[in-house]
Amino acid sequence: MRWIWIDKFCEFESGVRGVAVKNVSLAEELLKDHFPGYPVFPPTLMIEGMAQTAGILVGQARGFRENVILAKIRNASFDDYAHPGDQIRYEANIDSIDEHAAATSGEIFIVTQQATPDRETSPDREATPDRKIGQVDLMFSHVNERNAPEGLPEHNFVFTPEFMRLFEAIGSSGNASHGDRS
Amino acid sequence: MGLSRDEVMGRVEEVLVDALGVDPEEVTQSATLTEDLGAESIDFLDIVFRLEKTFEIKISKGELFPDDILSNPDNVVDGKMTAEGLASLKSSMPHADFSEFEANPDVSKVSDLFTVNTIVNYVENKLNTANAA
Repeated sequence: MRWIWIDKFCEFESGVRGVAVKNVSLAEELLKDHFPGYPVFPPTLMIEGMAQTAGILVGQARGFRENVILAKIRNASFDDYAHPGDQIRYEANIDSIDEHAAATSGEIFIVTQQATPDRETSPDREATPDRKIGQVDLMFSHVNERNAPEGLPEHNFVFTPEFMRLFEAIGSSGNASHGDRS
Repeated sequence: MGLSRDEVMGRVEEVLVDALGVDPEEVTQSATLTEDLGAESIDFLDIVFRLEKTFEIKISKGELFPDDILSNPDNVVDGKMTAEGLASLKSSMPHADFSEFEANPDVSKVSDLFTVNTIVNYVENKLNTANAA
């Protein structure tokens, strides 16, 4: 099993901001147990979804030269559940970044209007803002061969080809806007 | 930014409450970050980032917490800091109180230098330098 908890990267502004979405499906095995008779997407996995959204943003800002490791959850708060059929939107921003670490802040929304081809241009989009259900602020460490703790693999185990395909797909997505990716 | 020492202390307290999840009353001037407030290595980076935002300052690597001096093996003999090591540590940390550490410069005690007061002194110096410039 590959641990990818975002479905699509949709907006990207290098070194600044990244947006990804995740569709919650009743077909996901874990919802059978979380909870029996009341399927909701676990907030812990929303932290992971935000970590992947923010992590790819941080990794790209440093040219994917290092592994980017989630080092600290600065804050995580949730006001509501995400149910099957919901689309979760992760919006991550880089607050601080230096040669050792990065701090990000992130908001989690439920998309109130399912994505359609003309969603970006839909005149009533402003009238139905997505519903915020959580806030997740994180810290990442940049780990390279010089400062890696013993036992970590030497190759880049975070930004695998499989994970990078999500990022590469931004440009080919019809309604995605993206900023400078150089 | 013309802040009084109390105002600096108030904002440092907020930074530490947010970064370390401690209660405001635990953040006394003499509280040590590691021992008393439970800070781990990533927390020091978190604190630096938060201080930069809160006080609109830029904190260079090793300026507040000079880990390069401490990690240099030449500066430590038999678990104690050498005179040279201590001298360079003192000159790079004018914001810390060395009176106890100097008497017994055991490296295991070095974390005691990093108190709430050390941070408040550092921020005050930094703001004064910025204002004078």
